[in-house]
Amino acid sequence: MSLSREETARLADLARLSLNDDELARIAHDLAEIIDYMEKLAGIDRADVEPLSHVLNTVNVYRDDRAEPSLSQEEALANAPDRQGEFFRVPRIIDTGEGSEA
Amino acid sequence: MRKVTERDDYEVVVGIEVHAELATESKVFCGCKTDFGARPNSQTCPVCLGMPGALPVLNRRALEYTIRAGLALNCSIAVRTKFDRKNYFYPDLAKGYQVSQYDIPVAHDGYIDIEVDGQPKRIRVRRVHLEEETAKLVHAGDDIISANQSLLDFNRSGIGLIEIVSDADMRSADEARAYLTKLRSILVAIGVSDCKMEEGSMRCEANVSVRLRGSKEYGTLVELKNIASFRAVHRAIQYESARQIDLVRSGGRVTRETRHWDDARGETAFMRSKEQAADYRYFPEPDLMPLEISREWVDEIKSGLPELPDARAARYAREFGLPASDAALIAESRELASFFDGVCDALAKAGAEAVDRTDGPREAAKWLVGDVSAALNASGIELSQSKLAPELLAELIGLVASGKISGKIAKSVFEEVFASGKRPGDVVRERGLVQISDAGQLAAIVQRVIEANPGPVSDYFAGKEKAITFLVGQIMKETRGRANPQETNRILREELAKRA
Repeated sequence: MSLSREETARLADLARLSLNDDELARIAHDLAEIIDYMEKLAGIDRADVEPLSHVLNTVNVYRDDRAEPSLSQEEALANAPDRQGEFFRVPRIIDTGEGSEA
Repeated sequence: MRKVTERDDYEVVVGIEVHAELATESKVFCGCKTDFGARPNSQTCPVCLGMPGALPVLNRRALEYTIRAGLALNCSIAVRTKFDRKNYFYPDLAKGYQVSQYDIPVAHDGYIDIEVDGQPKRIRVRRVHLEEETAKLVHAGDDIISANQSLLDFNRSGIGLIEIVSDADMRSADEARAYLTKLRSILVAIGVSDCKMEEGSMRCEANVSVRLRGSKEYGTLVELKNIASFRAVHRAIQYESARQIDLVRSGGRVTRETRHWDDARGETAFMRSKEQAADYRYFPEPDLMPLEISREWVDEIKSGLPELPDARAARYAREFGLPASDAALIAESRELASFFDGVCDALAKAGAEAVDRTDGPREAAKWLVGDVSAALNASGIELSQSKLAPELLAELIGLVASGKISGKIAKSVFEEVFASGKRPGDVVRERGLVQISDAGQLAAIVQRVIEANPGPVSDYFAGKEKAITFLVGQIMKETRGRANPQETNRILREELAKRA
């Protein structure tokens, strides 16, 4: 299959990647090959194969609900590119493309 | 083109998504505290700040609470489940993805029973899944930060969050509000979330579409965000459904989009076009192990569920003969319900105080949905913050039942008890409010009033029954309302009969 330039540009945009024309063309080609490869799997009989959601064979790893010490405010903010008082400061996003879902 | 019809020819179709913060002590994937109102960025660590290399570990209680919520909402619980990454960029999401659940939610296919205008209805719950909270964005006033910057507090980041998605089963703003009210009462009753909309620990989004009545197909849906109260839900759905109906009636088309509810203006405004699930490029979260939920654990959680609001309301109606509406109102609020139980206990203990086993609770219910609720509304406080205690209300009910004070006096005693927390018996004594039931004492007052009012007395003999009301009023005035009403009536008629 092939991936259109628009589809590739849309994916790049979703991933916040800035690609020039050459890169777009190359990525479109590479992605198409990966998708072709995956589609080979689609042709195989998988009736008795459980979907794999993790490569490790472990389940149910928990911690108890107990509060542990947090970083201090200063430690938490130490790497902030920009801050104001007790807060991280970021450019304001005008919510048009996507936003917080939670 | 559709023919022009009235709005009544259309019906609104509503589905609701609710996010509720879990009331766990620590966050869902790290040990940071979840306290509301702490200093900004004081409850964070590399995991919830999204530092590279930090690894999440699931809080077992967060999963338990999700299962508990699922069971209380009559859902099936997944045997195998997992977490997925939902990828998008926004400043409140440090990692560039949210750990959530995509194709296998912890719980699925349940329902909530609601009632609107006496009509019962079952609203299906499609799924309940567990995810992580985002950080809190603060768009403060211009004097603090400039208009093109925002402040971030990561204390909220990583708190356990359940998302509860209903089917598009609601057909009015009233039904949507009833669904939310019931959902909140259940989540609070089972203790998984405090569901405080004003603190943001419960948030809701409504998917609204309209269609011609009788149509099988759904209209294009619009997602409403920024709904901060049950009242806002109701208003937003009413506004948005009217907007869509008017649009369709005038030949326009609804577009699939997300709209922002502006509570001050009372209208919705375009926010963005609705994103598709594929845009989030979900994939299984490699940093967290899959989950196998044993049926033994599910059974254990199920057997630990407390009495749910519906069952409690049914019990109140059955055991105490409460009217269904009072029973539902009390059972829906954990606070009212435990207060009511407290009053009933206190009444049972008082025992000998001439309060019948069901009359007492019925009186208690009347007080709670009436004067108590009114006093709370007027003072803007919660029952738990008030000075009223179950024992005090029980004592007041006992005073009325034993004939010490009249129902009318009780209301004025209640006001003072509510304001001061004093014992009703003390208030009655201090203010000299004890009811006059002594026949001799009452007869003397009745005779005085009859002699002082020859006009109304002769009106009564002329057949004007209403004159009695006037005479009773005069007796009440004379006794500052303390005359026992039944006794007064009886003696007054007796005395009048003597003069006939």
